[in-house]
Amino acid sequence: MDKQTVAFLLNGENTNIDIEPDTPLLWVLRDELNFTGTKFGCGMGLCGACTVHLEGTAVRSCSLPISAVEGKAVTTIEGLAPGGDHPLQQAWIAENVPQCGYCQSGQIMSAASLLASNPNPSDDDIDSAMSGNICRCGTYGRIRKAIKRAAPAVQSWEPAEVNV
Amino acid sequence: MNNIQTITRRRFLELTGLASSGVVLMGSLTGTALASVLDEPAGKPLNLFVSIGTDGVVEIIAHRSEMGTGIRTSLPQVVADEMEADWNQVKVIQGLANADYGSQNTDGSRSIRDFYHIMRQMGAAAKHMLEQAAAERWSADSSDVSAKEHKVYHRDGRSLSFGELAVAAAQQDMPELDSLNLKDKQDFQYIGKSVPIVDLDDMCTGRTTYGVDVRIPDMLFASIERTPALQGKAKSFNEAAAKKVAGVVDVVKIDGSPLPSAYNALEGVAVLARDTYSAMHGREQLDVQWDLGDHASYDSASYIDGLAKKVSSGPGVVQRERGDTDKALAAADKSIEATYKAPYLAHAPMEPPMATAHIHDGICEIWACTQTPQSTQRTVAAALGLDQDQVKVHVTLLGGGFGRKSKPDFSVEAALLAKAAGKPVQVIWTREDDIHQDYFHSCSAQYFKGGLDRDGALSAWLAREATPPIASIFNADADIQGAGSLGQSFGTIPFAVPNLRIESHKAPAHMRIGWLRSVYNIPYAFGVGSFMDELAHAAGKNPRDFWLESIGEDRHLTFEQEGLEFSNYGRSLDDYPYDTGRFKNVITRLTNTLAWDEKLPAGQGWGLAAARSFLAYVAVVCKVEVKDGRLSVLEMHTAIDAGTVVNPDRVHSQMEGAMIFGLSLALMGEITFENGQAVQSNFHDYPVARINQTPQIIKTHILPSDALPAGVGEPGVPPVAPSIANAIFAATGQRIREFPFNKTFSV
Repeated sequence: MDKQTVAFLLNGENTNIDIEPDTPLLWVLRDELNFTGTKFGCGMGLCGACTVHLEGTAVRSCSLPISAVEGKAVTTIEGLAPGGDHPLQQAWIAENVPQCGYCQSGQIMSAASLLASNPNPSDDDIDSAMSGNICRCGTYGRIRKAIKRAAPAVQSWEPAEVNV
Repeated sequence: MNNIQTITRRRFLELTGLASSGVVLMGSLTGTALASVLDEPAGKPLNLFVSIGTDGVVEIIAHRSEMGTGIRTSLPQVVADEMEADWNQVKVIQGLANADYGSQNTDGSRSIRDFYHIMRQMGAAAKHMLEQAAAERWSADSSDVSAKEHKVYHRDGRSLSFGELAVAAAQQDMPELDSLNLKDKQDFQYIGKSVPIVDLDDMCTGRTTYGVDVRIPDMLFASIERTPALQGKAKSFNEAAAKKVAGVVDVVKIDGSPLPSAYNALEGVAVLARDTYSAMHGREQLDVQWDLGDHASYDSASYIDGLAKKVSSGPGVVQRERGDTDKALAAADKSIEATYKAPYLAHAPMEPPMATAHIHDGICEIWACTQTPQSTQRTVAAALGLDQDQVKVHVTLLGGGFGRKSKPDFSVEAALLAKAAGKPVQVIWTREDDIHQDYFHSCSAQYFKGGLDRDGALSAWLAREATPPIASIFNADADIQGAGSLGQSFGTIPFAVPNLRIESHKAPAHMRIGWLRSVYNIPYAFGVGSFMDELAHAAGKNPRDFWLESIGEDRHLTFEQEGLEFSNYGRSLDDYPYDTGRFKNVITRLTNTLAWDEKLPAGQGWGLAAARSFLAYVAVVCKVEVKDGRLSVLEMHTAIDAGTVVNPDRVHSQMEGAMIFGLSLALMGEITFENGQAVQSNFHDYPVARINQTPQIIKTHILPSDALPAGVGEPGVPPVAPSIANAIFAATGQRIREFPFNKTFSV
């Protein structure tokens, strides 16, 4: 397949890349742009390790061709909060959620997408929104607690100014 | 001479000013290797594990691999405590492969139990040298100085910081380790405290480096099509088609080795490309034709049925015997028998195996998510014809391990490909590779017959098993379990039954068999834990009471006099006795925390099981509901007696994780083989527990103990499956003798 130029907004930055348009966003992020916080887990959209935001909504970047992000805004774990201090990240730290940590970028991105659309999720809402993200270490109980801890703070949280 | 500088990613970004620029291009990295796990201390070495900079930063080597247990924090926190260091001024350095550290094989729930004392001594030795340096500086008597809070104080109030003493301390003689006074428990600052893990912030912000995240300038990415069956050979493949894919640089055949499999690379065809996706895409064009070899007709369903028939129909090799079991069974007031089956399992760590190799200046450097850097070093050296000291192994963070990453085959692949390509190569295992070419957790069939006397007490126990042995990957002729494996909850039942006999049948392996979190305790604790529940019901007794009565009086068990050489997880029974009192205690203490005797609504039930594994004692109680054919696990409770605990929060987290890991395999875990090949391939057909399948109530209890530290990472898993099966029986009267339970219920 011939290369195309794809232009999109990555963590607030204008980004252009010449690439085969069927290349999954995941591999563009990791291999071309060196954003390795987004992880590979299954390649089929089954595990959620590769979750990023497309226009603020959680998507599985392993199954999303780069052509689909043309002109759109993509946010990765590196761009969720410039200081790494999104209320969910703070809550993840407060609850000591991670074990191996590998799935947690994707978990946090899915949780951020949930709270953006549902400021006060019930247990069922959390289970439903997070059921696409596997944690083989079994941190689910703490993920639930961390989401509940972060929920009130997310509403009033403003990201700090990004200095470019 | 290695001139590649290893620095943290964060440090790299600071150095290059790219931290907030948003986009880092590959081209920017030229000339600088990137691996965020620091592995070279910069300060003055006081001993193998401790260095101090003149700025006061104490660098502590973590020589064990971090795969989620928190060990990169827990062992350094022991050192810091003994040396009176301020944890905020401690930097953890991941150790390279180095036999001087002792074993680095992060496996067998061994890190704390094998290194707790040594780390205390390393901390105490460093403190001693700092104190000696201060005494020298002040011309003071060493009894007048003492370290505290990152300083050494003179009795008169003067003090010198660790940084000020770093150079002089490094020149002191290393003290005799056994002469050092270790701290009293009441003086501990960090041991026994829930210190947050050192990688916590980075894990929540995507700044960590796992095996898949290593970046070396000019590196190629490799995806390998491997033999689908044990010992298959590639007859042909379409190299030209793969090379037509944009980005593909090379196609390299890897020749498989004859049995035993050991840690060798599998037969395969590798596609090397500039980026991962091109490598994967090129691989799809290979069209490899396989000669599947001697195991091509293997079918796991009929094989396991065959094992079940064998164990239930005839005697095997006797492994342990007490009294006259046949006579006692004949004389029993009541006897029952049952046969259990357990499937093959795959590890499926969230990060599949990943390794990067770079051959330069006469050495081979490996960066890998390995549980075992030293055997990586040995195996890679052998594969490349290098001396061991010509292989330098860097350990990244591991995105899960569970035993899979204690086999260094994937690093061998990277090394062979780097040699063939003349460039650094990263081998990427896909999820399909991970599941198809695992070192599989073994299947098992077990038969039990138990006798009860007139009072419903256990009078006889006959148990037979057939389980393909892990030993087969090192000795292709190994086809029956040895004592070490039977010591995992099958041969070492703690019951005070007057007559017992334990037997094994042959079970040859047809794939690479490997150890998975808690190993044979998984199938064996399932059989034993389920059959105990069956016996309790046959005796008309409350299962908890039946467990406690059957274990009997408090005593220390030995097995040699009954024919079983018990390895006790590599430790002496003097240091780590098999203590029936502690076994009963976890059952009693746990059931006392919950409404074990409550009358539950129809369709709900409680189930209990317990096991001693990796020197720890664990009980698990689950509450389930079965409604319209649907099984839900509503509550999971567990208690562990692991002796001395270093980091309670990480022990709780390991136990929480063990409940979920056990839940996964009990409900859904199964790999089947057809035509010698694993049928499952990804999380759609090898499902693991998701959050919505996980009970809202998971309670973990750590029983306080001053006993020597025992294992923690694995012991939580074994009792889970039988406790759920027993709860299903309590809820429905239906006895499930085979997992996964999704064969019987929807989950």
